[in-house]
Amino acid sequence: MRIRIRKRVVESKRKIILIKIIAVLSALLADAIIFLFMNVDPLRAYYEILRAAFLTEYGLTETIVKFIPLALISFGLMVVFKAQTWNIGAEGQLLMGAIVTTWVALNLGFLPSYIIIPLMYFSGFIAGLSWALIPSFLKIKLHVNEVLTTFMMNLIAQKILEYFVYGPWRDPHGWGFPQTAMFPENARLPILPGTRIHYTTLLLALATCFILYVLIWKTTIGYEIKVVGGNIEAARYAGINIAKIVFLTMIISGGLAGLAGVGEVGGIKFRLNPNVSPGYGYTGIVIAWLGGLNPLGVAIAAFLYSGLLVGGDALQVAMRLPQATINIFNGSILFFILAFDFFTRYEIKLER
Amino acid sequence: MTSDNIILETRNITKFFPPNIYANYKINFNLKEGEIHALLGENGAGKTTLMRILFGELTPDEGEIYIKGKKARIKSPRDAISYKIWMVHQHFRLVENLTVTENIALGLANKIIHPEKEVESKIKEIMETYELRVDINAKIWQLSTGEKQRVEILKALYAGSKILILDEPTSVLTPLERERFFKVLKKLKENRTSIIFITHKLDEAMKSDRITVLRKGKLIATVYPYEIDKNELVKMMIGKNISFLTTKNKRSISNKKVLNVKNLWVLGDRGVYAVQGATFELKEGEILGIAGVAGNGQKELAEAIVGLRPISKGEIYICEKNITNKPTRFIYDNGVAFIPEDRIGTGVIIDLSVIDNFILKTYYLPEYTKHKIFIQYNKFLNTFNDAVKKYGIIVPNPYFPVKTLSGGNIQKLILARELSKKHKLIIALHPTYGLDVATTNAVRKTLLEESMRGTSILLISEDLEEIFLLSDKIAVMYRGKIVGVFEKEKADLHTIGLLMAGEEIRGA
Ligand SMILES: Nc1ncnc2c1ncn2[C@@H]1O[C@H](COP(=O)(O)OP(=O)(O)OP(=O)(O)O)[C@@H](O)[C@H]1O
Ligand SMILES: [Mg+2]
Repeated sequence: MRIRIRKRVVESKRKIILIKIIAVLSALLADAIIFLFMNVDPLRAYYEILRAAFLTEYGLTETIVKFIPLALISFGLMVVFKAQTWNIGAEGQLLMGAIVTTWVALNLGFLPSYIIIPLMYFSGFIAGLSWALIPSFLKIKLHVNEVLTTFMMNLIAQKILEYFVYGPWRDPHGWGFPQTAMFPENARLPILPGTRIHYTTLLLALATCFILYVLIWKTTIGYEIKVVGGNIEAARYAGINIAKIVFLTMIISGGLAGLAGVGEVGGIKFRLNPNVSPGYGYTGIVIAWLGGLNPLGVAIAAFLYSGLLVGGDALQVAMRLPQATINIFNGSILFFILAFDFFTRYEIKLER
Repeated sequence: MTSDNIILETRNITKFFPPNIYANYKINFNLKEGEIHALLGENGAGKTTLMRILFGELTPDEGEIYIKGKKARIKSPRDAISYKIWMVHQHFRLVENLTVTENIALGLANKIIHPEKEVESKIKEIMETYELRVDINAKIWQLSTGEKQRVEILKALYAGSKILILDEPTSVLTPLERERFFKVLKKLKENRTSIIFITHKLDEAMKSDRITVLRKGKLIATVYPYEIDKNELVKMMIGKNISFLTTKNKRSISNKKVLNVKNLWVLGDRGVYAVQGATFELKEGEILGIAGVAGNGQKELAEAIVGLRPISKGEIYICEKNITNKPTRFIYDNGVAFIPEDRIGTGVIIDLSVIDNFILKTYYLPEYTKHKIFIQYNKFLNTFNDAVKKYGIIVPNPYFPVKTLSGGNIQKLILARELSKKHKLIIALHPTYGLDVATTNAVRKTLLEESMRGTSILLISEDLEEIFLLSDKIAVMYRGKIVGVFEKEKADLHTIGLLMAGEEIRGA
């Protein structure tokens, strides 16, 4: 008996969707076993997650709150991954967006909100974009592998953030917590009443989805991205400026991660602290893949995954489960989906 | 003839590919022990598909395979290998960074630690028996195409194969290598190995023991070469007679220089000069054939002209305009078309659709875009449909992925793309590689028509027949140097052949 792995020639859409569904079901099954070990009724647990994430008004709004940054980041990563360029630095780009926005909010608070809010978005976008510039240049000019540089830039961004919140920007009235002062009222993003949804960022995310769809499928730039990602030799042969595409996709993803940072400080926390992002930049990588690198797929994946995060949190409270259970739960869902994703691209046969 | 020397037989093999292609339809094929069997057919006729079914890479929708009269269960290459069947693909499947021995050991040796040791002695033995010589310690990337093919065949013999399937083995070979290849086939035959080889060259088919012709997925006939002639074969393949291009009309050529290459020096991949001081010119409407054994700098020369490879020294002019070291896009925009050598690696993006590949060189032009931003696919559809018709590309619809196209159809797509626009200069590397007789003929006619309309053509090929048929002037390239340029009338095969092999000829 031997196992053979072969790349699928043509993936049928129906099969791919079926495989994804089977993946989720297997994950649920595996987790059911874990829940049983912890003396929790799995069906109740699942119902709790579903209810908490999508069926209550509060849960649904919270899902949307998480959806906003995850969607922005994974849309950007989708574009850069399509060009076979590996930006692992969305986390750092988000943090830089958050840092610069904080400076704007705390120092230019005298501006009316219809000026300062666009300015915050703009500066956050530029900050994220700039943070992606350094690895892009290193890649284009010196052929330095972007996986390493973008990742290291995350660590640097985290340190810069810590420097400011522990140092010069620390709120003198904050009982010593490492955090800045609250943003003035006019530097806070408008919120849908009764929720935490900063809808201007949500609208930006939805617009991004549409714009990227058009970009990828209708424009010359999108075409060049597909060619560069599909066969770099063919791109060279066609005379496509590969450096331009690498550069462009990197800064698009950097800028969008920066916007996610604006939303988190300007619409959720109203201040900067070291926990701005619970790793959204990394989760975004996974979501971009789960969504099959296409805008609608990524949007759906981001929404469902946000629900999972919210549902997990709720479960923890409702069933008094330790945080670790939730991590296992989230992790195993991811594991199964990624493992099964393999089956959509390869077929495995048992041979005698 | 008794049926017991039939070693392999298929009954009613049918393979359907969605949405509407019967790649194979009720095929009853047989192979005798120790025969050399040629498989002939148009591009997309289903030759590769049938062979992949025999090798277990594809499962037929219907039909059975019999080996020595017994029904065989071939569900995977591993099953096929256990029946001593082996297939060498058109695109070799060797690991470039490993040595010959390591490649052969890969997956075949029984010992896990140091499998090469075990393999080495056996390989040497096989090399002696079949005169299949290669340097077994060389890395694959250091080998010529002919040598790589020998490695593939070695691997097959190492696995103990008695039925050897070769998909277009000669398309990639130089004339000399081809002769060697047929000698190896003879040796194999003497040792009772049965061989099926796919070819587009009628001469090669006529040299085999039996010929099977496929057309549009159906088996038309299996014949002996002595009962048939080439014209009848063509008729079986395409269902009608075609008039072959035999000579070209001599015509006067204007004096306008289109391409002017002066003392060109270009570095190759391995850091040595692949082109060493090449100087030549090409007039309007002229066809210059560059003959030479692959690896003598032809590819680097072509790449330097279109800006894909930096020029160390020297200059290139297109119609008086200096294009030395200019960006590729700029050079194309100045009227240059380029048909690359490596069609899968360079010519297409295998995961994109046929139409997306068709527009690769034109998608950005103002006439096909709105505000230079939005690609207007509908504006391509007319040219695309014309090209599909003209070149007979078999594809269900424009949005079909290229990876499902047959080898020849991919080449046709590249040609259609490069030739669908008017150019000043066409640089063509092995333009008819892998094409069936009819299409080869059509492509050659198209190239001639283009030259009549004033397009200059730089034709780089190892196929001397093609070079002599099409060129006005013939240059020979050897070790990076142009070692002779002849008017077609004054050139003879013998001299060109000697120059290609590096002999010095006085007065050339
Ligand atoms: N995986 C696939 N999906 C859809 N169609 C396919 C697939 N593989 C092959 N085909 C189609 O089947 C037909 C036969 O292909 P095949 O590769 O067998 O042709 P061929 O005779 O080897 O041609 P060539 O001389 O050009 O190599 C072609 O029209 C091809 O497009
Ligand atoms: Mg084929």
